[in-house]
Amino acid sequence: MTDKTIQDINAKIANGSVHVVTAEEMPDIVAELGPVGAAKEIDIVTTGTFGAMCSSGAFLNLGHSDPPIKMQKVWLNDVEAYAGLAAIDAYIGATQLSKSRGIEYGGAHVIEDLVAGKSIDIHATAYGTDCYPRKVLDTTVTIDDLNQATMFNPRNGYQRYNVATNCSDRTLYTYMGTLLPDCGNVTYSGAGVLSPMYNDPTYQTIGVGSRIFLCGAQGYVTGQGTQHDPANNFATMMVQGDLKQMDKKYVRGASFHGYGTSQYVGIGIPIPILNADIAKATAVTDADITVDVLDYGVARRDRPVLRQVTYEELKSGMIDINGREITTSPMSSFHDARAIAGELKDWIQKGTFYPTLPVERLPNTGVEFKPMKQIGEQPTVADVMAKRVITIQQGLTVENAAKVIMEGNFNHLPVVSDEDRLVGIITAWDIAKAVAKNKRDKLDDIMTRAVVTADATEPIDIVARRLEQHNISALPVVDKHSRVSGIITSDDITKLVARR
Amino acid sequence: MKITLHATPDITPRPLIAEVILETGALLNIDRADVKPKGGEVVIDVPPNECKRVVAAFEKRGATITALEQPVIKDDDECVNCGACISVCPTSVISFREDWSVQMDLDKCVQCGACVTMCPHGALTVMKS
Ligand code: SF4
Ligand code: SF4
Repeated sequence: MTDKTIQDINAKIANGSVHVVTAEEMPDIVAELGPVGAAKEIDIVTTGTFGAMCSSGAFLNLGHSDPPIKMQKVWLNDVEAYAGLAAIDAYIGATQLSKSRGIEYGGAHVIEDLVAGKSIDIHATAYGTDCYPRKVLDTTVTIDDLNQATMFNPRNGYQRYNVATNCSDRTLYTYMGTLLPDCGNVTYSGAGVLSPMYNDPTYQTIGVGSRIFLCGAQGYVTGQGTQHDPANNFATMMVQGDLKQMDKKYVRGASFHGYGTSQYVGIGIPIPILNADIAKATAVTDADITVDVLDYGVARRDRPVLRQVTYEELKSGMIDINGREITTSPMSSFHDARAIAGELKDWIQKGTFYPTLPVERLPNTGVEFKPMKQIGEQPTVADVMAKRVITIQQGLTVENAAKVIMEGNFNHLPVVSDEDRLVGIITAWDIAKAVAKNKRDKLDDIMTRAVVTADATEPIDIVARRLEQHNISALPVVDKHSRVSGIITSDDITKLVARR
Repeated sequence: MKITLHATPDITPRPLIAEVILETGALLNIDRADVKPKGGEVVIDVPPNECKRVVAAFEKRGATITALEQPVIKDDDECVNCGACISVCPTSVISFREDWSVQMDLDKCVQCGACVTMCPHGALTVMKS
């Protein structure tokens, strides 16, 4: 059902009679005119999104040095880029971190600095060949010195994105920002009503060769993004564009405290309104798009879903979780997404941007989104823990505990209540300190009460990280009634890793 | 208005704030307290009309008081108006305007710095008084 062709629309751009609106304006128009009327009236709907898109980067061609070098490793402002391409091509990824500055500065910042016209220090090393004898190179370049600088992003512009909160008892630092303990806040991403891919959810006009707004330049969709998952409305796209044409405003390095770096990428997609179906799809509102709220407190692939929300609720600033009103924060900028949709609209009206239809549409069906195939089971706490754990009754003395530890020749002694529940832990070091200070009677006075524990079903990597975070060397393993069923030490884990 | 009380170790053991409340009868609200071995820093919300008397009462006891004027500075060139900083602020300083740009009601700020760590673009700085 095509009422209009892309040629019709482009002819209207050329003669200045094209009718463009942004995706924010479209719901009202469709409500008033109906999809058929709207399709007649409106030629193009522009969309926009500006948020953290980790799967981003750029191909850079540095030009040949004299004598020439075949770069084996290369660093741009101390951030390593991938050099396993031809001699002087490199791919700088947004999330690669600086060797010297860590999380504060990464590939995303290098890209932002390039776009901003700043000088970038290059350091490269090589093994040397007859045709490329040079082994070390150090120089400084700006984007103008490069032959090509092409942004190439494997996965951008998620159709919609999950919402994050944290039900655990400690603050988490994630790619969704700081998540306060005890569901203290909620963060979300995506542009809702302006979402490029949600305005054409069957990708009738989006695919290989679709001309788009990419960071202030004209770029292209080059295919489905990695992890493209249309069945669940988590479609993504692969995009490319000329870094040299981009606007720093729409390509920004970001650093998430305790997590790493990411790129804020600005994407706008024009949706040519070829028929009533497409018009109807662009009438999508924030209230129509639902997403799951996930508990990031559980560090597993399948995180518990707490509830579903709409973008309308998220954007209201508060959502209800288990009867409590929790403040929400977007991670992507709706303000700038709007600016992008507006700027793209301007370009089209001024006749400097002509939309294209894709050579090949993004797949809408038949795409599988699989978890990783893992060979060999990930060991759990139960596989590694010591099952025969000696505990001590609450209320006994330091003297008693010292004896138990000495006889058993171990370092950690869980303290349990009369009902056999874990109430504290004592280490050999605690006892040594107590003795030195002459505090020999009540164990209760010297034990650690806030005991960090593990669950028998947890994968070892999660527990190893917990030991590291709390800077401790053992965790009692408890069941849901706080009864101690084992103990796991960093030694057990080290031995296991050595065997792997 | 908010003031910062800087107390040196020699006066920290004293119930300074309680004494000042008793003396002035002013309803003080403690927004944030940071007491270290080398002294302390307490951010106190003072009813504007009592401010002079409260400051005088503290100073009489040897404490230094500074006014908290611009507690957090936002660099507008760095800020992308994402709003990530909104949900971590304990006192709802930050909010969206009608046009989805970010605004800060700095009178409410207690200088906890949570928004500074949250900001992915390094746009925020807490002014240490
Ligand atoms: S420092 Fe930031 S988070 Fe803390 S109160 Fe002030 S504005 Fe809010
Ligand atoms: S988190 Fe940073 S960039 Fe985002 S709105 Fe707040 S100050 Fe601006």
